[in-house]
Amino acid sequence: MRDIRHFILGCIMAALAVVVLGSWLSPTTANAQEAGSVAAEPEIDRSATGGATTLEDIMRRQQGLAVDNTFRSENVGNPDTAAGLTDQLGTLGGASDPDLWRGMRFNAADLTTQARGPASDVLIQDRGMWWLLFREGPLLTYGGYLLLGTLAFLALFFLVRGRVKIDGEKTGRRIERFKNFERFGHWLLAGSFILLGVTGLVSLMGRKFLIPTFGHESYAWLATVSKWVHNNVSWAFMLGLIMIFVMWVVHNLPDRTDIKWLAKGGGLFGGGHPPAKKFNAGQKMIFWSVIVLGGSISISGLSLLFPFELPMFAKTFAILNTTGLPEMLGFGVLPEAMTPHAEMQYAQLWHAMMSFVLMAIILAHIYIGSVGMEGAYDAMGTGMVEEQWAKEHHSLWVEEVKQRENKAPGGATPAE
Amino acid sequence: MKAMLFGFVAIAVIAVGAEYTLDQMGWSAAEQGASPSNVRLGD
Repeated sequence: MRDIRHFILGCIMAALAVVVLGSWLSPTTANAQEAGSVAAEPEIDRSATGGATTLEDIMRRQQGLAVDNTFRSENVGNPDTAAGLTDQLGTLGGASDPDLWRGMRFNAADLTTQARGPASDVLIQDRGMWWLLFREGPLLTYGGYLLLGTLAFLALFFLVRGRVKIDGEKTGRRIERFKNFERFGHWLLAGSFILLGVTGLVSLMGRKFLIPTFGHESYAWLATVSKWVHNNVSWAFMLGLIMIFVMWVVHNLPDRTDIKWLAKGGGLFGGGHPPAKKFNAGQKMIFWSVIVLGGSISISGLSLLFPFELPMFAKTFAILNTTGLPEMLGFGVLPEAMTPHAEMQYAQLWHAMMSFVLMAIILAHIYIGSVGMEGAYDAMGTGMVEEQWAKEHHSLWVEEVKQRENKAPGGATPAE
Repeated sequence: MKAMLFGFVAIAVIAVGAEYTLDQMGWSAAEQGASPSNVRLGD
């Protein structure tokens, strides 16, 4: 039974990930151009230019329309037709100078370099432009609106619903909800996430918003600090993520009480308080979002921390292609061979997309854990919660605690 | 509140430690992009 529940949960998570990715990666003009999609492009007669770029090509590119570049990318010389070494131009090896330049332009030239850094023989990376446009365009726009929209929603929610108060009379008695170690893990994760979120946004929004507002000088300083903080605080985040997973996974496995809790909407809009164990269904959703999205952000973040060392997208795309899912969703066959730079660009986009979604979820979490609900903050503040609050929001957990207290000799609080 | 403060202090300690450790292990960007075999003298 538990296995089935895990499987269903896994399916829901995967479906959510696909939906989020799908809404972000819907093919754009730039995307279509990059992928070499030429379905909408009319046949262009290039006989007047001897097969080279025509005015029509240039006009289409300026209008942002799809341009089929294969007439250039494939025209990089043919070693089989090379003249003998002793013949005139024989040393060119079947490729003229323009062929060679085109080869460099489309990363098809056979280059050797003395530089031994990773990917140093890629002189021009064609896909870079698509990445830049996507990063400054849809990623920033939709990501920004997602965060602003979440804040607006929470403000509206507060105005409509107000603070969730403790309904019954307070008892004055307190129950230990989280131990020091648990709260340490939570704040390690929370503090690092806020730092990473802010510095990540500073890095992403610099060119578009911060430089025009504060100028290059101020931003240069801010960007340097942000980069240092983002790179190094990431380890605290990963440690915190592992800690909360180990500490709380047992309490976050879905069970029957979650269905009742969800059916009543968590009691947010009246209808009494549905029973819940240590964590209710809403908290479980937050927990699994943090684990799945935080895990994905950590892995893509590691790939970015150690450039070119941990490529993962070509392989992931190859696996996805075998499922046929990308084609079914209209993305076509995903690229399986890509330059090392493209690997990094995909890692950056994925990292940012997952982070935006998690930031939106965490904003809601911060709201309900602070101004949104009376008594909630104590759980993570002092670790001791008002008994009446606990009875209303985690009735089954209170019963468990009471039972254990009664069983323990002398009524002493046993270790959890 | 103590747990929160400890958490925040740990973030700072881990961050500084990470910077120092990675640098010691030769994972700085400068070292990763360079190699002694790059320079050919006397050819």
